[in-house]
Amino acid sequence: MTQYAILIYENEGSYADASPEVWQTAMEAHGRFAGQVGEKGGKILGGEALQPTTTATSIRGDVVTDGPFAETKEALGGFYLIEARDLDHALEIAKLCPAPYGGVEVRPVMDTSGG
Amino acid sequence: MTANAAAGDAVGAAVADAHRREWAFVLAATARVARDIDLAEECVQDAYVAALDAWSRQGIPRNPGAWLTTTARRRALDALRRDRALRSKLPLLIEPDLPPSGSGLSEPGDAAGPARETATGGRAEDDVIPDDRLRLVFTCCHPALAREAQVALTLRLVCGLTTAEIARAFLVSEPTMAARVTRAKKKISAARITYRVPGAAELPDRLDAVLTVVHLLYTTGHTAPAGENLVRADLVDRAIGLARMISALMPDEREVRGLVALLLLTDARRTTRADADGRLLLLEEQDRSQWDRAAIDEGAALVIDALRGGCPGRFALQAAIAALHAEAPSYRQTDWPQLLQLYGELLRAWPSPVVALNRAVVRAMVDGPESALAEIAEIELDGRLDGYRYLPAAKADLLRRLGRRGEAAQAYQAALELTGNSAERDFLTRRIAEVSAPPG
Repeated sequence: MTQYAILIYENEGSYADASPEVWQTAMEAHGRFAGQVGEKGGKILGGEALQPTTTATSIRGDVVTDGPFAETKEALGGFYLIEARDLDHALEIAKLCPAPYGGVEVRPVMDTSGG
Repeated sequence: MTANAAAGDAVGAAVADAHRREWAFVLAATARVARDIDLAEECVQDAYVAALDAWSRQGIPRNPGAWLTTTARRRALDALRRDRALRSKLPLLIEPDLPPSGSGLSEPGDAAGPARETATGGRAEDDVIPDDRLRLVFTCCHPALAREAQVALTLRLVCGLTTAEIARAFLVSEPTMAARVTRAKKKISAARITYRVPGAAELPDRLDAVLTVVHLLYTTGHTAPAGENLVRADLVDRAIGLARMISALMPDEREVRGLVALLLLTDARRTTRADADGRLLLLEEQDRSQWDRAAIDEGAALVIDALRGGCPGRFALQAAIAALHAEAPSYRQTDWPQLLQLYGELLRAWPSPVVALNRAVVRAMVDGPESALAEIAEIELDGRLDGYRYLPAAKADLLRRLGRRGEAAQAYQAALELTGNSAERDFLTRRIAEVSAPPG
């Protein structure tokens, strides 16, 4: 099994003005996703939702600045760390990951254990 | 001396022939053992070099592909056994569902595997080497790789072209192409793109990507985007060879047959697309008696087969269109209404503005240039064909036929500014001169 990160990029504005119902729907969708990963034979090792980029602080060298590292329309809003057999399996799982206001990026996790 | 030289030539020719015919098979079979593309490539290259010497001494083997595969696989296993660190780092290309074939294929971590393979690696296993060429093709054309990387990898790994040759074919520098190939191979290994033919659910999309790559190879060769020669014959032959290979490996896929038919029918006109001076000739100016009848017959038979069963795909439909042109006794006697209907079907199967443009050109033959111009105006509004040289060229031709010479000259000029192919540039320049000359 190989580890992959599923990075969720979405338009933050869509959540900023979202009603409680929209939030509720999003939470339920992610709950369903967690179940589907197991059904697909993968495993969720971790994952979090992030506060919006308005709360981000960037540090480059010693310089601390307000805001995210790169200003983009669709920002990183959360991630999962999963285990899958190979890229095709990881993509099959990632296609189920809710991201109604954007999309997801799949990145293999680097094995730094040496050997 | 002379006899030796002749024998040497025969061996050289046999190795060159095996390179052309067997490369994909040898590399695909070796990749399964090596579990790493770079290692597999290196071993296969070594095997071809070894063949020059061995075949000079022992004679050319009855089955050169099997000889090369056995040699390359043995080298890969030796390398893996020598370098345990390398082995432990190679999760690459592993196909978890590989059935044990009993031919001495080692399982990961099976220490006895390589030694056993080396000991038995001889004639006995020649018959059981699995045909992994499809796995190789699908790996090269994986959707997680950029299209240009898919094309480069296919030429490199499936056709055995060198990086320098691929760079020349696509008019980029060799370091650029080398970087492209390296990046793609790194992604295959780091992201763990596996070496397999996709399952039934993914197959239609994945096969379409493969066929698109082969078709792109063909069109790149057929109309070289720049330079002196309109046709780069080698690329064209490679593409047709690849399509035939995939068709033989996937006999149930009608779209593959459609692609073979499309390439054959288009290529049947190869020698008539330009005159002796290299000037581009339009379909209506081409000498139909020079078209390759054998290719047309083969292509037309494949079209019938590809259309059978309903819901034809875009390659089968394009092939049907090419067949209608190829079998028409003259440009005037072409079955334009039937073509218009086929283009309508094609547009439904493949809603592309390029198809819409082609349909507009056929529309002109059925309903006249005015209605075709109206269709082209709509396509222009869509904007997706901005910078596509055949749009102003098609428009210019319709305007010329309507006698709107000033507008035609402008449109030809627009097309001229968008093309780097010298045969096409000459053609457009001649047209501009024609419509700019005083009428008479």
